[in-house]
Amino acid sequence: MAKNLPEIEEYKYGFRDKDVSVFRTEKGLTREVVEQISKMKEEPQWMLDYRLKALEHFYKRPMPQWGGDLSGLDFDEIVYYVKPSEKQGRTWDEVPEEIKQTFDRLGIPEAEQKYLAGVSAQYESEVVYHSLKEDLEELGIIFMDTDSALKEHEELFKEYFGTVVPYSDNKFSALNSAVWSGGSFIYVPKGVKATTPLQAYFRINTENMGQFERTLIIVDEGASVHYVEGCTAPTYSSSSLHSAVVEIIVKKGGYCRYTTIQNWSNNVYNLVTKRATCEADATMEWIDGNLGSKLTMKYPSIHLKGEGARGNTISIAMAGKGQVQDAGAKMYHLAPNTSSTIVSKSFSKDGGNVTYRGLVHFGRKADGAKANIECDTLILDDKSKSDTIPYNEIYNDNISLEHEAKVSKVSEEQLFYLMSRGLTEEEATEMIVMGFIEPFTKELPMEYAVEMNRLIKFEMEGSIG
Amino acid sequence: MAGSVLEIKNLHVSIEDKEILKGVDLTIKGGEFHAIMGPNGTGKSTLASAIMGHPKYEVTEGSITLNGEDVLEMEVDERARAGLFLAMQYPSEISGVTTSDFLRSAINARRGEGNEIPLMKFIKELDKDLDYLEIDKSMATRYLNEGFSGGEKKRNEILQLMQLKPDIAILDEIDSGLDIDALKVVSKGINKMRSEEFGCLIITHYQRLLNYITPDFVHVMMQGRIVKSGGPELAKRLEAEGYEWLKEELGIKDETVEQNA
Repeated sequence: MAKNLPEIEEYKYGFRDKDVSVFRTEKGLTREVVEQISKMKEEPQWMLDYRLKALEHFYKRPMPQWGGDLSGLDFDEIVYYVKPSEKQGRTWDEVPEEIKQTFDRLGIPEAEQKYLAGVSAQYESEVVYHSLKEDLEELGIIFMDTDSALKEHEELFKEYFGTVVPYSDNKFSALNSAVWSGGSFIYVPKGVKATTPLQAYFRINTENMGQFERTLIIVDEGASVHYVEGCTAPTYSSSSLHSAVVEIIVKKGGYCRYTTIQNWSNNVYNLVTKRATCEADATMEWIDGNLGSKLTMKYPSIHLKGEGARGNTISIAMAGKGQVQDAGAKMYHLAPNTSSTIVSKSFSKDGGNVTYRGLVHFGRKADGAKANIECDTLILDDKSKSDTIPYNEIYNDNISLEHEAKVSKVSEEQLFYLMSRGLTEEEATEMIVMGFIEPFTKELPMEYAVEMNRLIKFEMEGSIG
Repeated sequence: MAGSVLEIKNLHVSIEDKEILKGVDLTIKGGEFHAIMGPNGTGKSTLASAIMGHPKYEVTEGSITLNGEDVLEMEVDERARAGLFLAMQYPSEISGVTTSDFLRSAINARRGEGNEIPLMKFIKELDKDLDYLEIDKSMATRYLNEGFSGGEKKRNEILQLMQLKPDIAILDEIDSGLDIDALKVVSKGINKMRSEEFGCLIITHYQRLLNYITPDFVHVMMQGRIVKSGGPELAKRLEAEGYEWLKEELGIKDETVEQNA
């Protein structure tokens, strides 16, 4: 019998603090709400205009009729903007006590000391704590919350914002473009290589509040960066919406890796648009872990626009009781000798439903392009479901495409083998699952791998017998 | 402390309602090496799996006890923690789990919470056993049995045996598919286990393995029963003369379990 994850007492991240917000918009989405958000943030007129155009598009655009069931989503019941405290915390001492407690429990200060080059912790809609290590600043790397970036680096911001994911891309990119708040902004100058990962923590803490962060990463020619974000969410009784947009530009010869672990509580609709463009000889990698949520629809995509550009996506998805994971990857080969790999590992248990949905596109110019897709599914019981829906669009004869899909169950022989060495059935199953997702976890920074293992272990507890 | 005692009495085992074992009696004590020989299809591997508790095998009659404790009441993992070990004929592949991670989990499962093996000690002992079994160190970081050759799998089973130090081990055709060098190494590992605290049941087709490991007792299995027991000289005679004389002596035409005696 599965446990409802957030209801378990020991769940470290299932706590919830008193609401300390100082400003929030009314429920529901109107022109006034959007104007208010923009005004609160003291934005330039062009951004307000952009938001309003996006809002119009959002109204017009029908709900997607594919993927998961979105009928439980009521746009009128959502608070679109909550500002948690008066001013941006620059140093740890300035961060309000209650918010600090939340971060303490997430382990951020220690994490920062040990591993972080810069911390950008998002509490509700606004970044309240933000620190950047001096060496990053010296390198000329800009790493800040997106709102501040709009104020402090408006020209750079304007040049790239909305160029990878236009508001008209889909209904949820339109929604995000209208009400976005927070997120990370990164600019890595030409030839600069950030040696430590840049990290951000995200957290939803207000009932019915959507989180619409907007992330924009620009990796200039020959530069390289690894950005990591981990998400956890506390328990809530009614549905919550997370609808982020992530835009990444990797210029000639640049390298960007974007690592996410999301562990939304199981009432959250997680509808995210993530897209990167790669110029010649550039590399983009999405490392994408999806646990929890009520419904996730997420297909990180890479546009390989320049010759020799490379794209990698490694993802895992886990669906437990009452959860639907509709996730995958998209690769667009738009130039010669581009290459891509997709590794997707998904598993379902306790009646969960997991679908791999992917697209590989070879355009007319994609001579000599190569793609390799591997999707594996592990089903832990008879109640759970899995589906694989790969699309291929091929407009060039001179390409190579390999696709391998495997669906497996935890076998009696494997369990017997491990148990005959003294592991309980639960430990044995856990070990098989951990092994199954190892291609993903081995890509994670060490502390995230540890957290990931803890989350999986937690998920597996009580799901046997 | 003297070694453990595994006592099997009148054991009847069925698989999918078909009776394979038809009354096996066997006692293995610490310090003793037993060999069970016999042609294919006589129930040898069924005995091994049934002792360890494979879910496909149903014990319909008889008993198995370890130091007086009812083994049949225990889950597979409880049997392991009580001190039993089965080296499998076809070990499973566990993708993504390194041999060393797996071994450490298994060792700690037996030691119990709060008494975990210190990491450095584990590494030292693992290195020692890898050297002893002439296994390349890289095996520790390879995924358990994945892509292993037949010989590597068997060496890995003996590595586990040496690391886990059970009281009673059952080795199911540990010699199958091994070339002579691998056979020698595997035998060396098994012989190293010899002590008053360790009892072993070796299941094999061939006398060949017994050139390197001298059993104290040799049993022959036919038609799901032990039909003959003796000392090491019995194995030698079987090697020299085959099973025909024994079948004649016992009046058995077909030695497999298909036939009812």
